[in-house]
Order: sequence, then C-alpha cells, then structure tokens
Amino acid sequence: MAYALQQLINGLTLGAMYGLIAIGYTMVYGIIGMINFAHGDIFMVSAFIAVTAFTLLAAADVTSVPLALTFVLIVSIFFTSAYGWAVERTAYRPLRGSTRLAPLISAIGMSILLQNTVQLTQGARVKPIPPVIQGGIELWSTPDFTVQIGWSQVLIIVTTVVLMTAFTWMITQTPFGRQQRACEQDRTMAALLGVNVDRTISLTFMLGAALAAVAGVMVTVYYGVVDFFIGFLAGIKAFTAAVLGGIGSLPGAMLGGLLIGLIESFWAAYLSAEYKDVATFGILCLVLMLRPSGLLGRPEVEKV
Amino acid sequence: MSAVVFARHAMTPAERLRDASWVAFVGLILGIPLIGLTTVDVGGRLAIETRFGVLAAGVVAVFFGRLLLRWAVDQARNRKLERDRASTASAAQRASGTQKVVSTLGWLMLGASIALPIMFSDNRYVVDTATTVLIYVMLGWGLNVVVGLAGLLDLGYVAFYAVGAYSYALLSTQFGWSFWEALPVSGALAASFGILLGYPILRLRGDYLAIVTLGFGEIVRIILVNWTELSGGPNGISSIPRPSFFGLDFSRSAPEGQQTFAGFFGLDFSPMHRLIFLYYLILVLALLTNLFVSRLRKLPVGRAWEALREDEIACQAMGMNTTNIKLSAFAIGAMLGGFAGVFFASRQGFISPESFVFTESAIVLAIVVLGGMGSQMGVVLAATLLVLIPEFGRNFAEYRMLLFGLAMVLIMVWRPGGLLAHREPTLRLGAAGKEGAR
Repeated sequence: MAYALQQLINGLTLGAMYGLIAIGYTMVYGIIGMINFAHGDIFMVSAFIAVTAFTLLAAADVTSVPLALTFVLIVSIFFTSAYGWAVERTAYRPLRGSTRLAPLISAIGMSILLQNTVQLTQGARVKPIPPVIQGGIELWSTPDFTVQIGWSQVLIIVTTVVLMTAFTWMITQTPFGRQQRACEQDRTMAALLGVNVDRTISLTFMLGAALAAVAGVMVTVYYGVVDFFIGFLAGIKAFTAAVLGGIGSLPGAMLGGLLIGLIESFWAAYLSAEYKDVATFGILCLVLMLRPSGLLGRPEVEKV
Repeated sequence: MSAVVFARHAMTPAERLRDASWVAFVGLILGIPLIGLTTVDVGGRLAIETRFGVLAAGVVAVFFGRLLLRWAVDQARNRKLERDRASTASAAQRASGTQKVVSTLGWLMLGASIALPIMFSDNRYVVDTATTVLIYVMLGWGLNVVVGLAGLLDLGYVAFYAVGAYSYALLSTQFGWSFWEALPVSGALAASFGILLGYPILRLRGDYLAIVTLGFGEIVRIILVNWTELSGGPNGISSIPRPSFFGLDFSRSAPEGQQTFAGFFGLDFSPMHRLIFLYYLILVLALLTNLFVSRLRKLPVGRAWEALREDEIACQAMGMNTTNIKLSAFAIGAMLGGFAGVFFASRQGFISPESFVFTESAIVLAIVVLGGMGSQMGVVLAATLLVLIPEFGRNFAEYRMLLFGLAMVLIMVWRPGGLLAHREPTLRLGAAGKEGAR
C-alpha cells in the first residue's frame, strides 16, 4: 500500500512533466494540424539552457534557491520561446498550405538538426548538475517502507497546477485566447475578421515552447542530469499523451500526460521496467481502438 | 503553396539591411545559450566556458548570408516572372515535357546503375554506397505503397524491415535455411505483421494512425532489445550467412565437396565479387519491386488504394471494402520492407536493434515525401540525395547528421511538393477516350 502510494506520487510527477510538453503538441496540432516533431527537442534545448543558467548562478555564488529557480525559469523560457518562434518561422511557415506531410518531414529534419546542433555545441556527454532542491516530507512510515514526497516533486506538481490554471484562464478568457480558438476553428474566417493569423500561430508556438521550457527546468532539477537525446523519448511520450487525451484538447493533454506517467511508474514498479514503453504504447492502441479520437477528443464530423 | 502571387515591389537597400540585421539579431539570441555559452566538466563540477568569438563570427555570417539569400531569391523570382510572361507553352505541354524528361532520366539511371559496378569494379566504397542507396530505394518503393498510394501515414515502417532481417537471421543461423528459401518466408512473416498491425487500427485516421504505427515500431524494437533468448538482445545476431550464387560461395576456399564462385569461373579470388553480386542482387530486387508496384497500380487493388487516398467516404459510398484495401496496402508494403530487411541482414552479416531505430523510419518516410508522394522516380532521386549527403559530410564527420537535418528542412521548404511534385494521374480520359494508363 505504502509502495503503491509512492508510485502514485512518482507517477504524478512524471505525468505532470509529460502533460506540460503535451500541451505544446496539442495546441500546435489544434491550430495548424501538424505534428510538431521538433517539440521534444525544443524541450531538450530548454533543459540545456537550464543547466547553463544553473552553472552561471553557481559561478556567481547565488545560494538562494527561490531566486535561482526564478532566474533560471525566466532565462530558459525566454530563449526557448525564441527557439520555438524561429523553428516555426523557418521550417513550418513557408510550408503552410502545402500537403499535410510536408511540414511533418520538415519537422523531423528540424528535430535532427536541433539534436545535432546541441550535441556539437554542448558536447555529447551527460551533463550533471549538483542537486538544487534536497529533502522532502515523510508522508507515511511503515516498518519496511517510507513514503516520501520530495520538495522537487512538490514544486513540479504545484507549478504544473498553477500553470494549467493560468493557461486555461488565458485560453478561455483573454483576447489572445479568443483569437487562438478562432484560428483553430477557421483560419480564413479569422483572418477576414481581423485576427492576425501569423502572429497568433507564432505566439502559439512560443507558448508551447515556454511550457516545454518549464518542463525542461523541472526535469533538470528533478533528475539532475541532461543529455542531448532526452528530447526524443520525452517528445514521443508527450505526443502519445496528447493523442491519448484527444489531440487538440487542452484538458485532454493534461489527463493523457498524467495517465502515461502513472502507467509508466506502476508498470515499472510492479511488472517490468524494460517493457514499460511497450505498456504505454499498448494502452494507447487499446484506447484508440475503443475511442478513435482519444479520451476527451471530440469525434470529427466527416464531410465529403 | 498559395496560388496568389503578390506583386512585391523590389526591396530597397535600406530594407535589405534592416531585414538582414533582424535575422542576425535573432541568430544572436538563438546563439547565446548554445554557441556563446557552454558548460565543461572541470574536476566533476561544471564550469562555464564562453565562445563569444565564434558567436560573433556566426552572427556576421548570418547577416551576410541573409543579404545574399534575399538577393538571390529576388533575382530568381524576377527571372521566373519574366519567363512566365514570355513563355506561351501551356501548363499541359510543360507537364508532358517533364514527364518525358523524367522517363528518359529513368532509363539513363537504370543504364548507369547496371554499368556502375563494371566501371568501379575495384572501388569498394562506391559499390558499397550504391548498395546502400538501393536498399533505401527499395524501402522507399515499399513505403510508397502505404503512404504514397494508399495515403496511410506510417511512422513505424522500420518494424517490418526489422521483422524481415531478424527472421532471415534466425532462419539461417538456427535452421540453416539459405537466402533464397528464407526470402519468401520472411516476406510472408513481415506481411502478416503488417496485417497484425493494420487490423486493430483500421478505424483510425491521419495522425492517430501515425502515432500508433510509431508506437508499433518502438514496441518491436524494445522487444528485440529485451527478448535476449530470441534476438540476442542489444548484442544482436552475428555471423549470418551470405547469399550464394546458385550454390557457389564467395569465400576464398570452399568447404569440402563445394566450389567457390571464383574457382568455378576460373577467376582469381577477389572480395569484390561478393560486393558486386550483392549490388546486382539488390538492384534486381528493387527493380522487381518497382515492376510489381507499377503493375499493381493498374489492377483494381491499386486503383482502390489511390481512390482511398483521395476520399475514403466516397470509397465507402461506392461500396468498396475499405478494410481489405487498407490491409492489402499494409501487407504489401510490409512484405516489401521485409524483403529489404532480408537483404540487409545477409549483406551486413550482423544485425542488432541499433539498425532499426525510429530515425530509419523517418529517413524512409522522408525519401517518399521528398521524392514527391507516389512518384517512383522521385524516390530514387531522394534516396540518392539522402544517402549521399551524409557520405559527403564524412570528411567533417560530426557535422554530417546536422547537414542531413538541415538538408531535409531546406529541400522541403524549397519544394514542398517533393522533388518530382508532378503526379501523373494513373487513369485519364484522354481526348480520344483511350485509357492512358501511364
């Protein structure tokens, strides 16, 4: 029981991070209908920026943890959104309105490009940083097992909840959110009504990248190691989460992320760690067989 | 691309400078965290290292590069406008002209590919690279059935390639089957995997299909890594027998009671014989694939694939069985991938899950899309390009994958419809009413 509770906490932490990345996929899919394969690598770039920022702070002898975290978050969000913007501008915008597969291939190319740029400029070795946040709370202690929630896990879950609330508010209540949803429904009509479609799409990419940046900082804090290949698996998992929840739906992305995180940690804990990814994809297949448009996705109305 | 061409005024020099400065500024922002700063390991702790000199050089290069690019693009656009005004040839004429060029090019390339090993009979590297190109051509033609003809986006094609390779490896090392015995069986196995994957996901469309196929590819790879008893795990399977020429081995000395290829034909032994034989083998396999697919396109099932790609609902309304059409596309695509896998395993003599990662699927898909979906010649061009780019980059080894990714983006942006975007309708009601089946 205690062990299961611990897995629940670990799974939720993992799921929160997947959810943050999945939102980037789902928003981009909603607005321009493409799988942004480079999103996982944007997340990886943000983790590297976080490592550099933490090292800078350590060199400047900053010891206050809240101050350091705020600084790293701001720096990482700023540069990562710049990457999100630049990727959209160079690789996807020229392809808008062409076939559905063209931006997909361009995105795969972008993903390879980003991965190799980072490998080349930052080195192929794993980068470790000293633990930023240590300790935790003991929730429940039984003779043979202690359930513990680390402060970094608390931080990740709280940040995710706060961000999700803010994000939902922004999409449903602000003018930008309205424009964003208008573009999702009908880009031409939105343009006719005075919505700057290009700007909205750029902002969507930047927001997605910003959320990935938060996830990147969290991963750096939580695991303490970063390498240039983390983007691939995280990206695939997050995309799976987005599809599981119903691609295009924001709460769906979060739900999908949490589910994937939970499945992964429980499967690894009770069945086999090697086959946890098989379980993830297997459950995805099962869900899609029963509900072809994901858990919270609206079924598409087909027209001839 | 949008059909509307905006009559843009020529950029003034000031505008060009402003544009280039903006791009250079963006380059600076992007470059600071990755190029300008880096962390190095100093005695177990990370320390910052700055490379602002490199960054400055990069930004200056971006500035002038942008100026030059903008200028070149404007020049090209002006020339194109002039040409469009001057040319009187109709689009149809131009299209048929392209078709003729493409078909001539096809025959030329066929001739060149037959002559290649004769011209370079002592150059191991050229023959090896050409063999790799042909493997990708064959994979591209196989995936073309699924993606290009049936319009089903498959991101896990490498799984079938792996099934083919591993079934040949196991059949030959465990049961002593020869290449020619194992080839049909492995193809059939791959095809049944195609049906196995295809069946549960028939209802899915578009990107849902993409992620499930991607997941399937990963599942196959993870099983290969972890099921050590069957697949040898991460170490793979080694000493897979090479194919023989009608029972004649390509080794220096034959086992008791058999002859070697060199001995039978009275030639001096040379390791090149095997390479050239392998080259012709994959060439024949690839050509058979091409013939097979282009015949299929003229059969009802081929027409059905293309109809399905264009409009699934219309297909259903016409009473077509979409289940069987999709499954046949998956099965045939998978079978061709399996054949390519068998050849791959027998050529390498060693396979491991390393060879069947997602990047391979992405490269094969890129070959199909870059070539121009559904275009057989386009696949050849794209495969040649995508294999040769990293090969040329070998001189500066660490940049080769970077160049590869960059090339994928640039080619796509340059020609969004693929290198040979022009797609001839398979069936056309001509003026004479004759069935112009390509």
